Amino acid sequence: MADNGDDESQYRIKGGDYVVLKRGEIFKAVQIQPKKKVIFEKQWFFLDNAVGHLYSTTFEIGSGGVLQLRKLRDAESSSDAKEAGTDNRNIVDDGKSQKLTRDDIEMLKEQGLKGQEIIQQLIDNSSTFRDKTGFSQDKYIKKKKKKYENTVTILKPSCRILAMMYQGREPGKIRHLRYDTLAQMLTLANIHAGSKVLVFDTCAGLVLGAVMERMGGYGSVIQMYPGGEPVRAGVESFGFPAHFHDTLHGFPICHVNALLAGTLDTTAKDPSADSKQSNTAAEGKQNQPEAERQGSPEEQSMETSSCADGSHEQEKDEKEKRKEARAQEKKVKQEEKRRKLAAAAALLEGRNADGLVIASQYQPCPVLMGLLKFLSPSRPFVVYSQHKEPLIECYTKLKEHGGTVGVRLTDTWLRHYQVLPNRTHPLPLMSGGGGYLLSGTTVATDRSKPAGSQQAEEPAPKRLKMTDTEG
Amino acid sequence: MSFVEYSDFIQDGDVAIVYMGHESMMPVKVQKGAQTQTRYGVIRHSTDLIGQRYGSKVTCSKGGWVHVLHPTPELWTVTLPHRTQILYTTDIATITMMLELKPGSVVCESGTGSGSLSHAILRTIAPTGHLHTVEFHQQRAEKAAEEFKEHRVDRLVTVRNQDVCKDGFGVTGVADAVFLDIPSPWEAVRHAKTAMKKHGGRVCSFSPCIEQVQRTCEALADQGFEEISTIEVLLRVHDVRTISLPVPDFGSDPSAQTEPDAAEKTDAAEKNPPAPASAPIQDTVAMKATIPPREIPGHTGYLTFATKPRT
Repeated sequence: MADNGDDESQYRIKGGDYVVLKRGEIFKAVQIQPKKKVIFEKQWFFLDNAVGHLYSTTFEIGSGGVLQLRKLRDAESSSDAKEAGTDNRNIVDDGKSQKLTRDDIEMLKEQGLKGQEIIQQLIDNSSTFRDKTGFSQDKYIKKKKKKYENTVTILKPSCRILAMMYQGREPGKIRHLRYDTLAQMLTLANIHAGSKVLVFDTCAGLVLGAVMERMGGYGSVIQMYPGGEPVRAGVESFGFPAHFHDTLHGFPICHVNALLAGTLDTTAKDPSADSKQSNTAAEGKQNQPEAERQGSPEEQSMETSSCADGSHEQEKDEKEKRKEARAQEKKVKQEEKRRKLAAAAALLEGRNADGLVIASQYQPCPVLMGLLKFLSPSRPFVVYSQHKEPLIECYTKLKEHGGTVGVRLTDTWLRHYQVLPNRTHPLPLMSGGGGYLLSGTTVATDRSKPAGSQQAEEPAPKRLKMTDTEG
Repeated sequence: MSFVEYSDFIQDGDVAIVYMGHESMMPVKVQKGAQTQTRYGVIRHSTDLIGQRYGSKVTCSKGGWVHVLHPTPELWTVTLPHRTQILYTTDIATITMMLELKPGSVVCESGTGSGSLSHAILRTIAPTGHLHTVEFHQQRAEKAAEEFKEHRVDRLVTVRNQDVCKDGFGVTGVADAVFLDIPSPWEAVRHAKTAMKKHGGRVCSFSPCIEQVQRTCEALADQGFEEISTIEVLLRVHDVRTISLPVPDFGSDPSAQTEPDAAEKTDAAEKNPPAPASAPIQDTVAMKATIPPREIPGHTGYLTFATKPRT
């Protein structure tokens, strides 16, 4: 990758790209589509002009929603050479310090004046501005800038930006997972290229996307999802290259018990397509599922689809002649679905996953206890919950059950600072809750012993001793 | 074993983490014929470790046992031999995300120190990224390079023994991210800029004192860095306990009988006058609760982040 320094193309905005708009501390994720009106911070514009420019470019919103490259700001320094007061003993709040009326300002806006020019007008027409202290003047300008500036910066999406965006815009959608908490999760779970990671994410796919970013398209991610279809809205916003998606697998959580019991049938019709799927995964684990892939495909199709659309097969049989075309299409889709399920099942079957990340609004304890069974020994897991109490239950259950060490219940505090000459202090407001994490490491147990590992371990009663030493 | 790749079985030459408890872990260099003393007795590498599965329980000579874990940067951070103050996982996690590190990232770091952060960076940028780390203390630089080799990550890292404030990072226009953990980071800001790609990137400086932060922020602004932001992240651990709270004895409660139903009042009172005495009094309530440790780290350092715009 070091050689890619000169490769301009990856830094340029292309049509169809997923990008993030930024103004001040506000972010919004959008896809670049021709002639599509985008509304951001009470302004509308078209992104067509941004195509071809480099990422992190700042644009001004012109009339008709056209984006224009922002001119370099020379004007900004002009207002710097100014006089300032030392204190506010003579500043009286009479509500008359601003000579411009509301209507005047509206008129300036309609004339198409740039934000910077309006701010200058406001300053020129403020009778108290000159008496304010230098600090106070800065603050005034900053405040006005926020209001009148009509620029937008286009950024390449990243986990950092998207996590901050969700937190600012839709914290409920991501279960109030603060970005520093997400950062802890990725590190505690030792997410890195080449591993096989299980993710249960009902945080709009933000956690899943974050995991995929850290894996860089190497290894495999198995998304365990509830309901009929996995939620991947957040993943889209990352704008991953196509090959990243080859490493992403989905497995419906309603099949977990069947898979654990060995009763899940994932026989596929087309073995060639299967091998294509598993090849994309870094693990060369094709051997195990191969044996199961033979057998009558017609029967299997009904079984595997029982979770979401089991009735469809029967329906098809009845009206086969009349709706052959539609049935065929459905069949292809089901075939595709089954193939994907088979690929995901094959990855899980070895019970040798390298990491587990859970972040959902579901009761975490059963999810954790169920999915831990798919992990190799000596692998990290991390569970997120907005509330502490469900994680206390998980902790207790893990201690009873054994098979894990180094289990910790934690959260983090995040404090932002204003750093300015002679005005440095923590920001008065901080986020009150960013959720809690339960993390730990799996170890070999006598109970759930993966095939082929050593049996030379201590009997179970010894475990009590371990619990004691851990306190 | 490698710090950037999991393996299932312990091999000669691996670094394994012997887990004896939360606060009690140690790294072991696995060598044929070698022995390691623990408070549970001796671990003989040839028989007890080599060929065993990571995560296995290993019985020591005194009959006690330990778990042997696969090394990770996080386990290494809590077990590594300190040559300097180190960064801990809470800060490392924040730094990694805020610097936008991922596979393929090229990172500059100074100083290398004890290599706590270096291992975490290497884990994240493997297999295609590279770390250029600069340490002005010769012994520490050599020791770090040695460790990277032992941990089989040396192909991903270049250690340079020079003064970052004077000589920079030894590379130009290649880095996606720069991390500074030195006493006077403001003196290295221009070198950070030089080391970074012309398309821009992210920089982070870690400083314990606010005066350092102040000067760094000024230097960053002077050098044209944008989005300058200073944060602090604190870890809070919650120990889970079963607590039992005693309930005080309020004495016999006559209203307990009179209250339920006025009509039955006389009836009930006649039937069982000494009711409070016969009813079992619940004198403790047990529940699961969390308590914080008696002392927690209240400050490690301020993290200042900034973006280098494309030039």
